[in-house]
Amino acid sequence: MAAPALSLPIETRRLENGLLFTLSADRTAPIVAVNLWYHVGSANERAGRTGFAHLFEHMLFQGSEHVAANEHFELIQRAGGTLNGSTWLDRTNYFETVPSQQLELALWLEADRMGRLLPAMTQEKLDTQRDVVKNERRWSVDNQPYGSWWERLPALCFPPTHPFHHSLMGSMEDLSAASLDDVAAFFRTYYTPDNAVLTISGDVDADEANRLVDRHFGWIPRGYGRPPLDSMDVPEKFGAPIREVVEDEVAVPRVFLACRTPVLGSKDYYAASIIATVLGTGRGCRLHQTLVRDRQLASAASAFTFDLSKGSDLLVVDATARPGVPLDALEAGVADVLDELQQGGLREGELDRVLAQIETDFVTSMQSAGDRAEQLSRFATYFGEPRLLNDQLQRYGEVTEADVRAMARARLGPDNRASLVYIPRIGGGS
Amino acid sequence: MSAPTVVRPAPGHSRPYRFPAFERTSLPNGVELIVAPVHRLPLVTIRFVLDVGARQEARNDAGVAMLTAAALAEGTTRLDALALANEFERLGGALSSYATWDATHVRTTVLSTRLRDALSLLTEVVRTPALDEREVNRLKEERLAELLELKTEPRGLADERFTSSLYKSGSRFSAPESGSERSVQQLTVDACRSWHAQQFAPAVTALIVAGDVEIDQVLQLATENLGDWDAAAPAPVSVDDLPAREYRSVRVLDRPGAPQTELRVGHVGLPRLHPDYFDVVVMNAILGGVFNSRINMNLRERNAFTYGAFSSFEWRRDAGPFVVSTAVATPVTASALRETMTELERMRSSEPTADELSLSTSYLDGVFPIRFETTDAIAGALASLRTLRLPNNYYDTYRDRVRAVTAGAVARAAQTHLHFEHMQVLAVGDRSVISPLLADLDLGPLSVIGDDDE
Repeated sequence: MAAPALSLPIETRRLENGLLFTLSADRTAPIVAVNLWYHVGSANERAGRTGFAHLFEHMLFQGSEHVAANEHFELIQRAGGTLNGSTWLDRTNYFETVPSQQLELALWLEADRMGRLLPAMTQEKLDTQRDVVKNERRWSVDNQPYGSWWERLPALCFPPTHPFHHSLMGSMEDLSAASLDDVAAFFRTYYTPDNAVLTISGDVDADEANRLVDRHFGWIPRGYGRPPLDSMDVPEKFGAPIREVVEDEVAVPRVFLACRTPVLGSKDYYAASIIATVLGTGRGCRLHQTLVRDRQLASAASAFTFDLSKGSDLLVVDATARPGVPLDALEAGVADVLDELQQGGLREGELDRVLAQIETDFVTSMQSAGDRAEQLSRFATYFGEPRLLNDQLQRYGEVTEADVRAMARARLGPDNRASLVYIPRIGGGS
Repeated sequence: MSAPTVVRPAPGHSRPYRFPAFERTSLPNGVELIVAPVHRLPLVTIRFVLDVGARQEARNDAGVAMLTAAALAEGTTRLDALALANEFERLGGALSSYATWDATHVRTTVLSTRLRDALSLLTEVVRTPALDEREVNRLKEERLAELLELKTEPRGLADERFTSSLYKSGSRFSAPESGSERSVQQLTVDACRSWHAQQFAPAVTALIVAGDVEIDQVLQLATENLGDWDAAAPAPVSVDDLPAREYRSVRVLDRPGAPQTELRVGHVGLPRLHPDYFDVVVMNAILGGVFNSRINMNLRERNAFTYGAFSSFEWRRDAGPFVVSTAVATPVTASALRETMTELERMRSSEPTADELSLSTSYLDGVFPIRFETTDAIAGALASLRTLRLPNNYYDTYRDRVRAVTAGAVARAAQTHLHFEHMQVLAVGDRSVISPLLADLDLGPLSVIGDDDE
C-alpha cells in the first residue's frame, strides 16, 4: 500500500509516581485535548459488584476536594470545551477538548480527582448516581430492542469465571449493594498514577506541558499495586458451535455471531481486522453484497472487531432479518458468507480495496485532537508504548493475501462460532 | 513533592481562530462552487449539496427524496451497484448519500491524491444514476423494515411520532422526513426517476470541496465534469409549517410493561433565518442545551428521574420543532413532566442569572473552533451556509453575536418562542400506570394514540 508519510510527533515519559505521560503537538488550530485512561474496567469488579466500575465513573463527576458536584462539567463547558468519560471491559477513560489557553484548567481538574477524590464523596451523591445509572441501564439495555446484546454476547463468548463474562452495566441488585466503602476501596486500588496514562494532544508547547503535568500530577502518590486479574487465557477457538436464543420485544430476528480472534497488539490481529472489513464495512463488503443486496435476507449486515487486548478478541457479525425472512434462512445466509471466506480466501483486488479504506479512515481520524489523544492513550495503556500508533498503517500494509487466507481458515469455521439470536416474542412485538 | 495550590488555574492568552477562508464562485450553468483550502493533512472532502429536500415533496410522495438519494449510491448508467461500491473503495472512500428536509447530500472523503477520480465518480452518481428498479425496490423494502422496527424502539418512535404530530395533517411536515409506511408503500422506481429528472439541476446544486486542494484545481475539475450539465431548475415551493393545535394536549402511546417512559414536550419552533436566532440558541443552552442546564440539573442530578434530559430547536428553512426529550422511570413519569413544565415556565418568568448566561455564551463561543477540526465538518458547515441562505460572514461573526446576547434578550426569547399555553406532550410508555397520573396534571386533553395512526 502506498501509505502517506503520516507520522505524528510523539514524546513520552514516565513520572516518578508511575504516570505515563504522552505528548503530541499539533499547533495548526488553538485546540488541545487531554485524555486520561485508567487501566481498570468491569473486568476488575469483584463478585456481587457488577457494574461498579461504570458507577464509579459517574462518581468522578461528583466533585473532588476543590471541585463541587457537577462543577467539572460546568468549568470545562464554561471554558468552551467538550468532555466525557466512558467505561469498558478493561479500561475507563476521561477526556476533555478545550481551547488551548485552558489546558491547565483541564489538567488541574483531572489531577484534583486523581489525587483528592474521596473528601467529596457522600452517601447522597452515591444514591443519586446509582439511580441515574439504573436509568441508564433501562435506557440503553432494558427498554431498547436488542439492547441486551452487548452484555449477553461477552457472557456467551467467555466462560463464567472469566473477567469479561459478566455485565459491564451491572445488575440492578449489585448496583443497589454498592457502598461508599466500595468507592473508597476502588479509588485507592485503581485510581492511582501508576495505573493511568495521560495524553495531551494539540496546540501545546512541550516545555509548558511538561511543567504543568509535573506540577499538577507529580505530587500524587503511587499506588500499592493493583491486584492481578484472574487468568484471561481462553482457547483460541470455542471448539464447537455455541448458540443462544433470546425472545424479546423486537420486530424481526437479528443475529450476532462472534468468532474468537487474535488480540489487539498481536501480529495476527491485523489479518483478523482486515477480515472484519472484508466481511462487514461499507457497501461493497461481502455481508452487504450477499445478504442485503443479492439474496435480500437482511435489511442490514455488518462486522467489526471488539479490539480486546487480553485473552481473546472477538470478531462480530451483526445481521438483521428483512421482515418476513425466517431466522434459519438468515442464519444460513450468514454461515454461507463465513464459509466462503473461510474456504476460499480473498478475491482479486479485495485486499487493495480494504487497505485503501483503512488508510483513509486512519488519516481521517488523525484530524481531531481528541481522537489522536484517545488512540495514543490506547497504545500507552495496553502496551506501554504510544508510538505504536505511527506503525499501524505499515502493520496493515504488511499483511498478505496468504496471511488473510490462513487466518480465515483457522478462525472462521463452524468450530469457532458463537451465535446470539433474537426473535420476536410470541404474542408480542409487531 | 507537595500538592500544588488549590487556586483554580486562570486561562492563558487565547490564540486567534478563524473559520477557514473559502471562496464561492459559479459555473456559467449555475452550479455553485465553494472551496475551502485547508492544507493540514493530505485529505479532501467532496460534497454535493442540492436544494432538493423532503420539504418539496407532495404529502402523498413523502419519502421520495430520501429513496432517490439512497438509490444514487446503487449504481450509475455506466457502473452497476457493486462495481460502483468497489470503485469508491478502490479510492479508499465511502459514498454517503441522503436527503434531509432541506437538501440532498452526496459526499465522500479521500486522500487528496485521489481528488480527480473521486470528484468525477461523485459527479457520475449525481448526474447519471441508474435508478435501477430492483435496487430501488430493495431500498424501499429496507425503509419499510426500518419503520416496522421503529415500532419496538421507543426512543426513535417517540422522536418521529412527536415531531409529526405538531403539524397539520395536510402539511408535508406531518409525516416523517423519510416517509411513512403508507407513503413509502406506493413509491416506485418511476417516482424516483421523475424526481431526479425534475429536481436535480445545476441551478440548485453546489459543489463543496474542503481540504488539501486549491481553488483553481476545483474550478478546472468542476468545469470538466459539470460544465455541460443543462437542466431546468424546479419551481420553488412553500410548506405549511403552522402548528396543528393552539392549545395544550397530551398523547400516550401504549407500551405495556415498559420500564421507562419516553417523554417529549414541545411545539413548532421558528425558521432558521428568524432574527431572534442567537437569542433563542443561548436561551435553549440555558434551558436544556449544556450539561448543567436547568432541565438536566433538575431531572437528572437533583431528582435522578433519568439518565439525561435536554432540549433543542431543530433548525430548518421552515419552522422546525422545539423539543424537550428525556426517558424517565415509569413511576416518576408525571413528576418528571411537572418538573419540565416548571422549568419551561421559569425560563419565561425571569431573566437568567449572570452565571447561567455566561456559562452558555462562553461555551458556545469557546467550543466554536472545536466544531471544525475535520474537512468533513468544514464542508458540512459550508453546506449549511448555502442551504439555509446564511450570509458569507456568518461564521466570522458567529462568536461576536453569541457574546452579544443579553439576559434581557434571553428572557424575551423565552417569552416569545416558548409557547407555554400550547405545549404538546407525547409519552411512550406503560399506559395503565402513566395515564391516570398524567391526567391529573391539567396539561390539556389526553388521548391514547395507536401504533398505526398517521
